[in-house]
Amino acid sequence: MRPVIPYVTAALLFGLGVYGVLRRRNAVLVLMAVELMLNAVNLILVTADTTVRAALPHSGQVFALFVIVLAAAEIGVGLAIVLQLYRLRASVTVDDVPLAEHGPTATGEPASPAPEGATR
Amino acid sequence: MTGADVLLLALGAVAVGSGALVVATRHLVRAGLWLVVCLGALAGDYLVLTAELVAWVQVLIYVGAVVVLLLFAVMLTRAPIGPSDDLDRPGWPAALVGGGGGLGLAVLLVDAFRWSRVDLPAAGTAERLGEQVFRSWVLPFEVLSVLLLAALVGAIVLSRPDIGRPAEPAADEGGRR
Repeated sequence: MRPVIPYVTAALLFGLGVYGVLRRRNAVLVLMAVELMLNAVNLILVTADTTVRAALPHSGQVFALFVIVLAAAEIGVGLAIVLQLYRLRASVTVDDVPLAEHGPTATGEPASPAPEGATR
Repeated sequence: MTGADVLLLALGAVAVGSGALVVATRHLVRAGLWLVVCLGALAGDYLVLTAELVAWVQVLIYVGAVVVLLLFAVMLTRAPIGPSDDLDRPGWPAALVGGGGGLGLAVLLVDAFRWSRVDLPAAGTAERLGEQVFRSWVLPFEVLSVLLLAALVGAIVLSRPDIGRPAEPAADEGGRR
């Protein structure tokens, strides 16, 4: 087994993920590109597990499992935020998100109930 | 070139090609479906690299749960059927950073490993991995369970606007229920 093949695959996938995060304007597509980056890291971990003889066997695969769990949690919270954004502004374009705390609320609703709810 | 090398090359080509389509296609739903192809090819890669349990967890959680969740989000945000024109920003800064990062990492890894070969270790079956998780990595495992609970609570709080409102609207909503 030549380890350079999966390593280069992972590097190219990571580059594609970075490109997607910077290029895409739709929030759901940004999350898909983040998944590509997480999978590239998983491939690096699994490949390193076969090439590096660590003190503990199969550490890389255990780490890959942990990263998969983290990705599941991340996608759950991320999609909740995206759907809340869609409910407030009827659009998931990340360019239009007001970053100031009391930015212009186009819909005239009480400003951002979600972050307030999250803090208490 | 052994059989494992040929398989790794083919699956890697499929993964990179479908990954490129995920970030380049103009159909929202097709991006999710190409993501399924990419993650499935990566699961095949894990199988060739003798990571059995990781491969099946990848199929179960990524292809089974995460992509379905993403497709639900695409539908709940009323994505149009057919190509959309407003999905992308102007491309060259992203292509510069992404291409530079990816190709730079690839050159670094090629320089580190050249065309060397290693023998595949013993397979990472569920028994061996479970032994490691519950012996050496028990504390991170427990912390992850707390993190999953926190993410669950956070997602529920985020998606229920009636939780944590100021007092006066909460009062009449409480009376309604």
